[in-house]
Amino acid sequence: MTPLPDIDQLLAAMARNLKTRLDNLHVREPAMVGIHTGGVWVAQRLHRLLDLTQPLGSLDISFYRDDFVRIGINPQVRPSHLPFSVDDRHIILVDDVLHTGRTIRAALNEIFDYGRPAAITLAVLIDRGGRELPIQADVAGQHLALDSHTHIKLTGPEPLALKLQTVR
Amino acid sequence: MKRHNIQLDKNGRLRHFLTIEGLSRKLLVEILDTAESFSGVAEQTIKKVPLLRGKTIVNLFFESSTRTRTTFELAAKRLSADVLNINVAASATSKGESLLDTLHNLQAMHCDMFVVRHDRSGTAHFIARHVAPHISVINAGDGRHAHPTQAMLDMFTIRRHKKEFAPLSVAIVGDILHSRVARSQIHALTTLGVHEVRVIGPETLIPAEAEALGVHVYHDLREGLRDVDVIIMLRLQHERMRGALLPSEHEYFRRYGLTGETLAYAKPDAIVMHPGPINRGVEIDSAVADGPRSVILEQVTHGIAVRMAVMSMAMSSHASLEGTT
Repeated sequence: MTPLPDIDQLLAAMARNLKTRLDNLHVREPAMVGIHTGGVWVAQRLHRLLDLTQPLGSLDISFYRDDFVRIGINPQVRPSHLPFSVDDRHIILVDDVLHTGRTIRAALNEIFDYGRPAAITLAVLIDRGGRELPIQADVAGQHLALDSHTHIKLTGPEPLALKLQTVR
Repeated sequence: MKRHNIQLDKNGRLRHFLTIEGLSRKLLVEILDTAESFSGVAEQTIKKVPLLRGKTIVNLFFESSTRTRTTFELAAKRLSADVLNINVAASATSKGESLLDTLHNLQAMHCDMFVVRHDRSGTAHFIARHVAPHISVINAGDGRHAHPTQAMLDMFTIRRHKKEFAPLSVAIVGDILHSRVARSQIHALTTLGVHEVRVIGPETLIPAEAEALGVHVYHDLREGLRDVDVIIMLRLQHERMRGALLPSEHEYFRRYGLTGETLAYAKPDAIVMHPGPINRGVEIDSAVADGPRSVILEQVTHGIAVRMAVMSMAMSSHASLEGTT
């Protein structure tokens, strides 16, 4: 199995790629939103590296999940907080691991309940494949081809570390 | 042997919400935390989350209510559920249909939750025992027994202002005898571990067994309010009173009305609460009800988030039911 990547290097590369992308698109005053919990940790670091002026937002997508009828409400749900106007703004949506795409689907729906953004860029630390929806990252720290028995999880907030676990 | 609590499913999760009695501190805190998350929904441009999309919730009110019914309705709508309001005074029970027949008919329309208010104690429990397994029942007030969502929105309001329950002294003032709100508040406050609960009122309006609930009884308002952190005023429930329990409203206000003068006995940062509807000049002076220490309208706002929390938690329990079959 490939050794797990160094997170600081991934974050630095992600910040560079995001900067290039935002410059190319001539984006002014983008706002960053992290998805609870791992996505917020990644977003906090990217927000610092990119020196963004808008305060960082956070989303808990529990109320927008598509599996409520199967698994019910998550008792650890936190309030979502978008401390800026979403309307006509370029949003950088950040998550730790991109897998089926269902979390991102839920996050997109939630963002649109706050307003109509100009555009949304998706940045993830790890893209592990296994998509079930037509959703792709614009910026990914690393692509890992993991089989469905392998779980990858970001632990944090200090220090950030990736954990692999095989579940059979 | 531990008696089975009809409110909980086999995993200990909330299935019906009928009374605070018998629920753990952990579960009450979970309700408060979940409500805290739902309070963010009101900040959205579209004040709605899709959690209960496709579910049908029936507001079954056998007793009049404005605040409770409308906040339950708003809570259900903000969860994207479909809501049916049934005003029972104008419905089939007045044509001789029994309560169970009314229920079975609603069940046949594929409803998922009943929110019930009734002037008879125990109605919500009765309904919960007789509904199909996929239906949740929420008690929106039954006679003199319980009004658990009101108590939880009061706890939510107290926590917002005071952060911790442990150091608090809370005074509940007025008609304790007829108040389902007071009963539920006392259970919630003691379960959440407040330092002291006091009930203040004339002897005729304090139940004889009050001290058995773990509260301190006062008949003198000033003495009872001394150094409390939270004051909860209650309305005189004339509709439930049998016989002459009070000399007059004027006399009651003189002895038990909360005014600027009596409020001064409480701590300087004490908050003033009231479940509504308020009777100005009977239990509370307008200057206090509209004053800076009053959080009465905040209570109404918090009622929506708390009811969203309770509804979605009860519906979650069905989720696990479906998941295991």
